[in-house]
Amino acid sequence: MIGLEHYLITAAFLFVTGIFGIFLNRKNVIVILMSIELMLLAVNINFVAFSSYLGDLVGQVFTLFVLTVAAAEAAIGLAILVCFFRTRGTIAVEDANVMKG
Amino acid sequence: METIILFAPLVGALISGFGHKMIGEKAAITTATGLLFLAAALSWIVFLGYDGEMRQIPIMRWVESGSLSTDWGIRLDRLTTIMLIVVTTVSSLVHLYSFGYMDKDPQWKDGESYKPRFFAYLSFFTFAMLMLVTSDNLLQMFFGWEGVGVASYLLIGFYYRKPSANAAAIKAFVVNRVGDFGFALGIFGLFFMVDSINLDDVFAKGHDLAGVKMSFLFLEITAVELLTFLLFIGAMGKSAQLFLHTWLPDAMEGPTPVSALIHAATMVTAGVFLVVRMSPLFEYAPDTLAFVTVIGALTAFVAATIGLVQNDIKRVIAYSTMSQLGYMFVAAGVGAYQVAMFHLFTHAFFKAMLFLGAGSVIHAMHHEQDMRNYGNLRKKIPVTFWAMTIGTLAITGVGIPSVLFTLGHTPIGFAGFLSKDAIIESSFAAGTGVGQFAFVLLVLAAAMTAFYSWRLIFMTFFGEERGDHHAHENAHESPWTMTVPLMVLAVGSIFAGMIWYGDFFGEHVTEFFGASVYNNHDTNTVLHDAHDVPTWVILAPFVAMLVGLITSWFFYIRRPGIPPMLAEMFQPAYQFILNKWYFDEVYDVIFVRFAKWLGKFLWKKGDGVVIDGTINGIAMGIVPWFTRLAGRGQSGYLFHYALAMVIGIVGLITWTMISGGSH
Repeated sequence: MIGLEHYLITAAFLFVTGIFGIFLNRKNVIVILMSIELMLLAVNINFVAFSSYLGDLVGQVFTLFVLTVAAAEAAIGLAILVCFFRTRGTIAVEDANVMKG
Repeated sequence: METIILFAPLVGALISGFGHKMIGEKAAITTATGLLFLAAALSWIVFLGYDGEMRQIPIMRWVESGSLSTDWGIRLDRLTTIMLIVVTTVSSLVHLYSFGYMDKDPQWKDGESYKPRFFAYLSFFTFAMLMLVTSDNLLQMFFGWEGVGVASYLLIGFYYRKPSANAAAIKAFVVNRVGDFGFALGIFGLFFMVDSINLDDVFAKGHDLAGVKMSFLFLEITAVELLTFLLFIGAMGKSAQLFLHTWLPDAMEGPTPVSALIHAATMVTAGVFLVVRMSPLFEYAPDTLAFVTVIGALTAFVAATIGLVQNDIKRVIAYSTMSQLGYMFVAAGVGAYQVAMFHLFTHAFFKAMLFLGAGSVIHAMHHEQDMRNYGNLRKKIPVTFWAMTIGTLAITGVGIPSVLFTLGHTPIGFAGFLSKDAIIESSFAAGTGVGQFAFVLLVLAAAMTAFYSWRLIFMTFFGEERGDHHAHENAHESPWTMTVPLMVLAVGSIFAGMIWYGDFFGEHVTEFFGASVYNNHDTNTVLHDAHDVPTWVILAPFVAMLVGLITSWFFYIRRPGIPPMLAEMFQPAYQFILNKWYFDEVYDVIFVRFAKWLGKFLWKKGDGVVIDGTINGIAMGIVPWFTRLAGRGQSGYLFHYALAMVIGIVGLITWTMISGGSH
């Protein structure tokens, strides 16, 4: 029988993968965007799992909203990425350090 | 009607000060003067029609805070009505006089507009003075008190291109601060003890306060003594009494009409008014009253000695003013408040006239003020000569001593004769040690007053022409705007004493003043006793006056060689009084230099080293160090920031878990 904890463990695993994807990755900005999506996915799994466990549909409604917003955010992120590439000529994370103090 | 009297000068000041560009210079100053004459006319109606009933006329609510409750309002009693006519009459005449005196002032270039400003200040002064004398509580009185101080400052420094005028204005303001500090402390103390600063409440507590001890500095004295003493410190500053008097002679830097209005007739008498107004408290403070008497007598004496040798015509009159103020304080100090008011009242007429006359002489002589450059002017400016002679007759106290002849109960004489003799008799009648002390000094001062007043007349109007030949040739009588006020004041100087003798000092005094002045009849019978003094006391001031007159005549008409010879013989004494007893020099050493040193120390060391050093050190040393440190932390790599955020979140969550979360 697959219980709540299985879902939570999967979600936590996904979430941590996302986090490490952000700061271990040195090469590609697209990977960062993907990592963020991964983290959102993990959160969505938590939402659905708790929704099912507590018998409250609100959690699943939230998930739909989060998915929508995530899609919009991904579109914007990719658009920014395109602009970034046009101006800088690269999307390597290591080269993006204009904020250096 | 009282409200119109109070606010007409303010309206005049605003119109003249702010509206002269709109309605023109001439119209502005005419409006201000017209409103003042309206106020003066209404004041006389109020004074003559006053029925002796104290009335309080509220204007509006002012301060309402805790148990402190004060209104803007008018307290209409006998004292107020007397001050109303003094202030508005002199002020309106001075306004008129200024038309002539301030015309084509050589201090200003052609086309410069200064007259509306002058008239606005004069009217504003009058408003503040009326606020002071009509107030029903100490806060409004303090408002007027400071208002006249500001107006005095502005008018002394009216010739702002002259450095000496600016210095004199600042000096007047600063010296007055010392007195005002005492006054303010007195008000605080009264509120502390009585829980109200409305005059009615304060007066009702006079007797109670005499039984309460209060500690101040290291002293333990009765509350009423302490509070009246503090109030008197304020009066000393405003009325230029000894030790706080140094500003008054310097204040002569202002235009002469200002000296006549502010530094002779009205503002400087505010201190006397304050003491008389607070008589329900002073009556329970015998030690303070003794102090008042001593200070008054010393001032009268010291100022008279200095006046003997001054050569600037305005300074002579300034010292004479100071001396006469001393007389008033002696009267108040021995408990004869009504007599103090009497002298205040008559003094306003003849002193204003002497100043305006001096202004007329100065005007005729092209702004020459040194009497050594005058002489033989009586033919050239006859109206001024006669006016000043009448003023001198009044101030020196010429009249027929009451032991020789009286008309009914009124002695015959010029205004100053009646009021000054009343003061001298009162001081003798007080029967106390300080009273005797004051009596002796006042009689001596009376002789000196006669000497220097006549010296002024003789040096100015008699003898031979000295100084600039050109100025003497062009000397001319002043225009009617200047001579008419002189004539009006001359009438007052002659008759004011005789007309109101009965009311201020004679048989009607109690009914006349009613409840506005309080005499504690258990301890204070001066007003009654003053009429029963020995004959020689009544004759003493008269003889003193004659001695002064004859000496002066002998020195300056008969044998003009004597004064320089005497000055040569008694050189140290001459220098001592010529330099005003070295008060300014002593104050310079004790206070001014120390204050300057302290100011410089705080500026260089306190401000420069400590404050600037601290701020510069932080801004230029410590902050850049932190900036560099923080700058190095900014790698610019996204993953570093992400790591920092995660560590932060982990830290937060851990802390929340350990500390028990939402529980």
